[in-house]
Amino acid sequence: MFDANDKLRDIVNDPTLSPAQKARFLSLEAENSLSYPLLDAATRAALDDRVICDMYEGNAPYKPRYVLPDYAVVLAKGSDWLELPAPQDLDEAISTLMIAYHHTPSVTGMPVYLGAIDALLLPFCEGVTDEDLYRKIKLFWRYLDRVLPDAFMHANIGPADNRVARAILRADVELQQIAPNLTLLYDPETSGEDLLAGAIDNIVACSKPHIANHPIHAETFDARGYGIVSCYNALPVGGGASTLVRLNLREVAARAQSEADFLHRVLPHYMDLAFDLMRARIDYLYSQSHFFDSFLVTEGWIDRDRFTAMYGVFAMAEAVDLLQDKAGQPGRYGHDDAANALGLRITEALAARVAAEPLDNVWRGRAMLHAQAGLSTDTGLTPGIRIAYGQEPDPVTHVRALAPQHRHYASGVSEILTLDETIRANPTALVQLCKGALASGFREFTANVAGNDLVRVTGYMIRLSDVRRHDAAMGSRTNTTALGAEAARLTAILSRKPRVVGHERHPGYGQ
Amino acid sequence: MSGIRATVSKILTFSCVDGPGNRLVLFLQGCNFACPGCHNPHTIGICDDCGDCIPACPQEALSLAGGRIAFDPTACDQCDACLRACPISANPMVQHLDVAKVLALIRDNRDFLTGITVSGGEATLQLKFVIALFTAIKSAADLAGLTCFVDTNGHLGAEAWARLLPVTDGVMLDIKAFAADRHRLLTGRDNDRSLASARIVQAAGKLYEVRYLMVPGMNDSDAEIAALIGLARDLGDELRVKLNAYQHHGVRGPALDWPKMPRDGVEAAAARLRAAGLTEVVTPVVYP
Repeated sequence: MFDANDKLRDIVNDPTLSPAQKARFLSLEAENSLSYPLLDAATRAALDDRVICDMYEGNAPYKPRYVLPDYAVVLAKGSDWLELPAPQDLDEAISTLMIAYHHTPSVTGMPVYLGAIDALLLPFCEGVTDEDLYRKIKLFWRYLDRVLPDAFMHANIGPADNRVARAILRADVELQQIAPNLTLLYDPETSGEDLLAGAIDNIVACSKPHIANHPIHAETFDARGYGIVSCYNALPVGGGASTLVRLNLREVAARAQSEADFLHRVLPHYMDLAFDLMRARIDYLYSQSHFFDSFLVTEGWIDRDRFTAMYGVFAMAEAVDLLQDKAGQPGRYGHDDAANALGLRITEALAARVAAEPLDNVWRGRAMLHAQAGLSTDTGLTPGIRIAYGQEPDPVTHVRALAPQHRHYASGVSEILTLDETIRANPTALVQLCKGALASGFREFTANVAGNDLVRVTGYMIRLSDVRRHDAAMGSRTNTTALGAEAARLTAILSRKPRVVGHERHPGYGQ
Repeated sequence: MSGIRATVSKILTFSCVDGPGNRLVLFLQGCNFACPGCHNPHTIGICDDCGDCIPACPQEALSLAGGRIAFDPTACDQCDACLRACPISANPMVQHLDVAKVLALIRDNRDFLTGITVSGGEATLQLKFVIALFTAIKSAADLAGLTCFVDTNGHLGAEAWARLLPVTDGVMLDIKAFAADRHRLLTGRDNDRSLASARIVQAAGKLYEVRYLMVPGMNDSDAEIAALIGLARDLGDELRVKLNAYQHHGVRGPALDWPKMPRDGVEAAAARLRAAGLTEVVTPVVYP
């Protein structure tokens, strides 16, 4: 017999969780004992059937899912609320950021965005030697991993090549930490081959950073800029995303008779229900939670008008293959031109409807399409629009199969290309693959190199050695190891051929 | 544009082990060596349309049309049963591609490529095609920057090299063994032309790499490694020497009884080469 108190007791007494991790799970249980924002019966049913999914964000949205503060504000002005003067040198700037991160909420309770750190710190580096800069960055990095141990936390560097970006790459590959995750914003016109080659050398050593297609993202957002956070989410700086609601395309396809029925009847129906779910969650956040009364708004770190709504989809691979089956077509997603073209038609239908649906309290009044990278419990379903695991073609074919869809996923889309270890002897091949992927329209380039201890599970990193330790019930210092361990058990990510499964979040304790 | 067609066993659009960067690789069918330890034995022979492979194909993708083998790629599920059935180590699935077709393929993948490599089989057996292809790449403005590499056993003569090298950027050359009897055992041929090729290509400044596949008990003796050092130093201490380790992947027949080459043997040889003054000695990243 299920008893809520037993579950709380299990959390409190769990031998593998730290007190902070226990407090986090207890808070989730408390939030979820509240009633859900009011939904109509059809939306509720679709949510219960998990055709649409709220990512288990919690029953009472009292904070946006992702918050991307404009940290330049606190570095320029300090903070009255926090009684912080504006920093004058590099030590003060790093200290100010460290404090700021503690006041940046997100769905995980830890900041998902650390800022474009090189651009933020560069003005404070005058007179600092390269060696001092590197040492300070290394201490900063160690602090982030030990104090905010969550790999959804994401730092950005680039697109300009600069000393701070180089120091970060150097420290990051040396420390090989799970956190922070790292993205290089790359612009083929301005970043320079040398910076890209440096980043690729790091990927070969530790599967980080990943490379964002800066020109495409810059065009999608505005002058105030964007950041890459968590699992490849591209969001407005000075804002973020209130919520991420996702559609299980396989479940939608299962309810359709044919492609036409899918595109014209079933998909629009469930898309509308997902919009309703979004509206209910955003309405609660904006009208009841008082989140936007925070000093973060009054001091200008964030702007309540700069929060988008992420319209997520996943299981494209299973949806396409199912519709191909219904049509008696043998071609499989990722391998067959007709199947890939069907995937593109589905994406175009999704994008058109997202662009047409007005939403209140959402940046630019429209949601942004997102290829969602999975939950740790998505057994048998492929994240986002990726090709099913273990079935991936060679990396060039892989990229070319999916590239036409990428332009539609404004708030993020990712594939993880896994390369065997022979790439270590020839990183130039990886540089070329990356350039080819970006030139063909990939918004993000991410690679795992087989044999690395540090492996990307969706957008977040885990250490395989940590997973083995966790499974031996020794506990783990970092919050994402449990997700990775769960994903590893449920989806056999470690036993399949070297290509990492994408499973982003898990619902709560023991699920 | 030349109308000459290549007999192509396989095409890869991603390879990080066939020269610098990512390369489109054409594996050309047919080889003039008969190495028992070949890792791709189905690339050795040229199909004589005997038809033995036809009943072996469970997908019925093979047939005889006008006395010639006809292959239907849409029916093939790549089980490779036909390769195992072939009595002459040929490949009924080969494609016949002219230069224009290959150029189209390269253009289609241009952004992903550092260059193109012709391999085999023995690529230089289709010398006229290779020269035509490389010449076409070199004269195409939109393909500028792509490098053209040849992976060869070096059995090509000096006059042929003189025609190929001007349109070639780099050569990866296999030396199989130094003692004459060892080389004949490992390849069925003498090695004098391979050794001469190494010098010809290096003199042209286009020897990217000498490759030496180490087979235990065959060519890993002290004397063989000493001879390799001798050749390499003669060619220049900066020469890139790549030591490979014999494995069983793809191998058929008696050579499966040869032991695999262990890592420590390769690393010991590499250490000797480095100690002798060679600056770029490359060993395998992975030992399966």
